[in-house]
Amino acid sequence: MPKKKNKTKQRIIPGSEAIREGLIEAAKKDRNVIFQAEGVSDPSSVYGTTKNLEKIFNKKRIIEMPLSENAMTGVAIGASFLGKRPIISLHRVEFALLALEQIINNAAKSHYTSMGQHSVPIVIRLIVGRGWGQGPEHSQSLENLFSMIPGLKVITPTFPADAKGMIISAIEDNNPVVVIEHRWCHYIKGHVPNKYYKSQIKEPIKIKNGKDVTIVANSLNVIECLFVAKILKKYKINIDLFDLRVCRPLELGKIKKSVKKTGKLITVDLGSKILGIGSEIVSEITSSCFNYLKKPPIRIGMPDYPTPSSRGYLKNHYPDKRKIINELSKLFPIIKKNYKSIMIEIDKESKKLPIDVPDPSFKGPF
Amino acid sequence: MLFIRLVEEMIAEKYKEQKMRCPVHLSIGQEAAAVGVCNALSKKDRIFSTHRSHSHYLAKNGDLKKMLAEIYGKLSGCCGGRGGSMHLFDKSAGVTASVPLVSSSIALATGSALNSKINNTKEVTISFLGDGSVEEGIFHESLNFASINKLPIIYVCENNLYSVYTHLNERQPLRSFNKLGEAHAVKSITCDGNNVSKVNEITLKLLKECKKNKGPFLLTLNTYRHREHCGPNYDNNIGYRTEKEFKHWKKKDPILVFKKELIRKYKFNEKNFDNLSKSLTKKISIAFKYAEKSKLPNPSLISKYVYA
Repeated sequence: MPKKKNKTKQRIIPGSEAIREGLIEAAKKDRNVIFQAEGVSDPSSVYGTTKNLEKIFNKKRIIEMPLSENAMTGVAIGASFLGKRPIISLHRVEFALLALEQIINNAAKSHYTSMGQHSVPIVIRLIVGRGWGQGPEHSQSLENLFSMIPGLKVITPTFPADAKGMIISAIEDNNPVVVIEHRWCHYIKGHVPNKYYKSQIKEPIKIKNGKDVTIVANSLNVIECLFVAKILKKYKINIDLFDLRVCRPLELGKIKKSVKKTGKLITVDLGSKILGIGSEIVSEITSSCFNYLKKPPIRIGMPDYPTPSSRGYLKNHYPDKRKIINELSKLFPIIKKNYKSIMIEIDKESKKLPIDVPDPSFKGPF
Repeated sequence: MLFIRLVEEMIAEKYKEQKMRCPVHLSIGQEAAAVGVCNALSKKDRIFSTHRSHSHYLAKNGDLKKMLAEIYGKLSGCCGGRGGSMHLFDKSAGVTASVPLVSSSIALATGSALNSKINNTKEVTISFLGDGSVEEGIFHESLNFASINKLPIIYVCENNLYSVYTHLNERQPLRSFNKLGEAHAVKSITCDGNNVSKVNEITLKLLKECKKNKGPFLLTLNTYRHREHCGPNYDNNIGYRTEKEFKHWKKKDPILVFKKELIRKYKFNEKNFDNLSKSLTKKISIAFKYAEKSKLPNPSLISKYVYA
């Protein structure tokens, strides 16, 4: 993330607007960039992220996508063989399931199979739904599913400035990049530079320096962890916190270094705990840093059942501050001693919003 | 056509040597579709093919040596031995891609046509597919998109009546393939896919229309595969099709039909035919030798090119 400058010069915008800026900047720079989405220019324009593109660019580059995710992913791949840089935006991750054949076979493997003669510079934006009753088939992130596949890159941006730079990097990348955007991260506000810039899509970023425990989280969970870090600082527990950002390639150099320092590791998955990215991280770290580990690594993630619609079910469902504190208490007796007062602080923060909305401005429906 | 036939007959003949160690889907009996269509194209026009890709690749002037080397699993193959027979491509000849999953390349081809439309260039894309392809959703999705955007593409459906061992009538209701195209407002034509002159004539007409922004089209070519779905052999003995049906189609062998036409119209004779066969066989033998002599890829290369 670009460093903070003088406060008066800061331009604070939400994540969705930052992503839109990234798309526009990249498309201005390279006229091979084309856009495909269902309702690409409709009044919603993929949560505002593709709004008014048709006013900026030649209409031929803004392609209204019929409800044909599989074919349209193939169309993007075919066009990319010939030099185009298509960006597909899907309103929910689950729609990409209709296109898995194209993604896993033609997108991920054409460069490999052709010995580099074909490349597939496409970006597939997938949005994770949460809250307001999204239910079992509108709330999955599935980053582990896509991250299984060699040839794909998989990124999960969190903060607005980083998201803009990551989107630009994804578009410039000559490989197929799956961008998993959390709908609630669209609401996160932050300073975003008003220019063309790239953020690397190679490895995690450390966002808090601490010596006591390494936590690796991605997307919305980073925000939860930041809050936890703030509270625990009062109890002299300092978290070495990483925003994973990039699930594939999974570059763990910084994490290994951190675990060698802290001896403790917690992963917080956006998707499932079982067979999740955290499982892979814990496995790798255990293999390579076994002698440095003072405690068994801990994984937090989505439970091993689907996400129902009603908010009645959802207390304790998502990996939130409370869950993270509970797991940390297994590593730090001081948390157990002060458990009640810590929970009161968390409750205070949590009560500001209902369990199923991301932002005070949010009034549904999706 | 004769060239493709002789190549594939030699593949069938040499397959038992067990040096070509990948699945092969021969087009023997279906060559008129590939040749009739591709002969109408210019170098800049692009084709996309399927698991049964040999005839399309060769008809579009794809490099024979690279094709055979690929089937032999050699580094000098068009994919360096990574794809095998079902991944033939030769970018410089306009054979952009062949992919094995049924219907998968239809969307890729549609993307190629979209590229031409955006760039406002005049080349046309051909998407080769089979009768089984129309059972996949992606066929309909692609035609719908091509139709609404008036893309310069011709979908060429080779109807050889069988998906592996299952007859068309067991898979699809009785209706013309044209109706499938027309449902998407795609102008559709069906013709005898074993008559190369006719296929060529129709393709030339459709190409002209595509260049006037009057695409896309669906061209269905009725034809028949002489050998088994996958492999070098005849398989009339295993019971899914009758000898009678086979013989009926054998009489309509596209090479036989075209030979008769040449004899009738151009004073062509059997001797000419034999001489042509001999000279082609010579050229083909050289390519086989090249493929056989080429080196296998080294295991150290296996992890290269995962990422660009």
